[in-house]
Amino acid sequence: MTEMILRDAMTKALKEALDEDDRVFLMGEDIGSYGGAYAVTKNLLSEYGEERIRDTPISESVFVGAGTGSAMIGLRPIIEIMTINFSLVAIDQIVNHAAKLSYMSNGQFSVPMIIRTVTGGGGQLAATHSQSFENWYASVPGLRVVVPSNPYDALGLFRTCRKDNNPIIFAEHAMLYREKGEVPEEYYEIPLGKARIVKPGKDLTLIAYSGMVRVAEEAANILDSYHVSTEIIDLRTLSPLDLDTIITSVKKTNRAVVIEETWKTGGFSGTIASDIQEAAFDDLDGPVLRINAPDVSAPYARNIEQLMIPNASWVVDKVKYNFGI
Amino acid sequence: MTSAINLGKKQAIQLYERMLFIRKFEEETERLYRRGKISGFLHTYIGEEAIAVGAIPLLRSDDYVIGHYRDHGHALARGLDPKIAMAELCGKSTGFSGGKGGSMHLFDADKHFMGGHAIVGGQLPLAVGIALGIKLKKLDSVVMCFFGDGAVNEGEFHESMNLASLWKLPIIFMLENNLYGMGTQVNRSRAGGSDIYKAAEPYLIPAVQIDGMNVLEVRETVSEGINRVRSEQTPIFIESMAYRFHGHSVADPSNYREASEVNENMNRDPILIFKNLLISENLINDEELERIESIINDEINEIKEFAENSPEPTSEDLFTHIYASPENTE
Repeated sequence: MTEMILRDAMTKALKEALDEDDRVFLMGEDIGSYGGAYAVTKNLLSEYGEERIRDTPISESVFVGAGTGSAMIGLRPIIEIMTINFSLVAIDQIVNHAAKLSYMSNGQFSVPMIIRTVTGGGGQLAATHSQSFENWYASVPGLRVVVPSNPYDALGLFRTCRKDNNPIIFAEHAMLYREKGEVPEEYYEIPLGKARIVKPGKDLTLIAYSGMVRVAEEAANILDSYHVSTEIIDLRTLSPLDLDTIITSVKKTNRAVVIEETWKTGGFSGTIASDIQEAAFDDLDGPVLRINAPDVSAPYARNIEQLMIPNASWVVDKVKYNFGI
Repeated sequence: MTSAINLGKKQAIQLYERMLFIRKFEEETERLYRRGKISGFLHTYIGEEAIAVGAIPLLRSDDYVIGHYRDHGHALARGLDPKIAMAELCGKSTGFSGGKGGSMHLFDADKHFMGGHAIVGGQLPLAVGIALGIKLKKLDSVVMCFFGDGAVNEGEFHESMNLASLWKLPIIFMLENNLYGMGTQVNRSRAGGSDIYKAAEPYLIPAVQIDGMNVLEVRETVSEGINRVRSEQTPIFIESMAYRFHGHSVADPSNYREASEVNENMNRDPILIFKNLLISENLINDEELERIESIINDEINEIKEFAENSPEPTSEDLFTHIYASPENTE
């Protein structure tokens, strides 16, 4: 076991991809000479050269589309979109092209492309730079959406993504890059669509992903002191979604809470809550609780920015109120 | 018009046959649409046949073709099986995409026909990527990318010009300027008007404008262009001036164009003009013309029969190929 931060786990994952597969190349804004806005690709240019570590102009649409085109003829591009906010400039290429090509060509073409991007708020970057759109992409057939919460998962999931032949949104949370975790020396992979039980429990299921797993863990610690035993599920991937693990857990605990960083309206927590009540209505002791950001754009000022991001005491208060604990 | 004599009789007649075949295929699609056998959007290539026929057959089989939703002519010129194409238009399981793509989304991986793309301008970044793939694989293939005058006002056009030039990618940008982006005349949509080839020059991409209704001119220009792109590994830009004789799609009555304008342009019919040239240069006679017409009519009939008699997709087909298989098939 080695302890490493999530950023280093991602760098390791990228180097493995470049070392083991000569069809792999990286493309994105400032990933080369600058070293990556979040330093994940630091030093890769000098090690792998300009052909494979390609700095692009600030033209998200064309470099995502170019990734798709190259994947159609057998390359395996790994694209970096500096933040998920900028993916909106390329959303036509992601949703109308990359996600559709396998289906529209009836399997004649596939798009084995990983789009790495940085998601989440909390850095005082204000309204245009603090969003999380993983839930949008998870609603599009043809895309896979991967949302790791720790270094071990980031590396293991990325290894699986490299072998997948579909376009993948791999969303790394900006506030998790310095998150530490144990990573084994020996090779391992984590399948897509298999959630992780972070902690078993019997009274309540907390469902979270990406940056909100940490919040769930903090909330569970507090709930322990109220003698509420929580089970935490880290979804790891939104598409495919591991509904089986969720339902199995809820049938045991009879109470479900979904925590998500993005807005409540249209949030993926709504889909999960709805799936739970469809599959386990009779097992529920109360309504499925959704904890999301309020429907407001992220402000700059720290004190009010913090008011919109779900945190542990917020989760605990709502759990107590909702379930009468 | 320049002479067709240098081409030789056989090749000259082949160009004529190819254009006439596309014309008759398209006329049949319109009949099928009126009969309710084709639905959705149907954009025909009638009037623009000389571009595809003059350009695409010059490519090698390891080159790539990609274009827009007015794609039937490109597909046929690339040698896609017209029966399978028509079946796709009719939404049948025997179509290239099993009936899931339709008229605007024709694909044939074997022929390196990379689609039919129906979001205006969206194929340009894909073409850049295919060319980048060619470069990274160290091949000497080229990409021929078709787009219309409507696409040049999209941001993706400019992003693609820039990256193709910056990275020296082997692309022939084939602009089909038929003067209308759907119903809006190019002079009303673009500062600088219809001489769009000039838009490539700031990106340091060599660009020319040609008569896209003259199959010989298209052929000559594209032939030189392909050689240049292949040997120098840089993009070029060819603007072919054209005119679509019918509406944007079959649903369009063309109210935004004067009948006189349409009629005037129909006098420039690329097939009629080329036929008259072949007659005047004694490369074809009435008997041969009749025979060609009759053979094509029979072929179109067979194509139509095949498409109409093919089975529809099954309910299981709805759910296939949403995702590619996880195994690495490369």
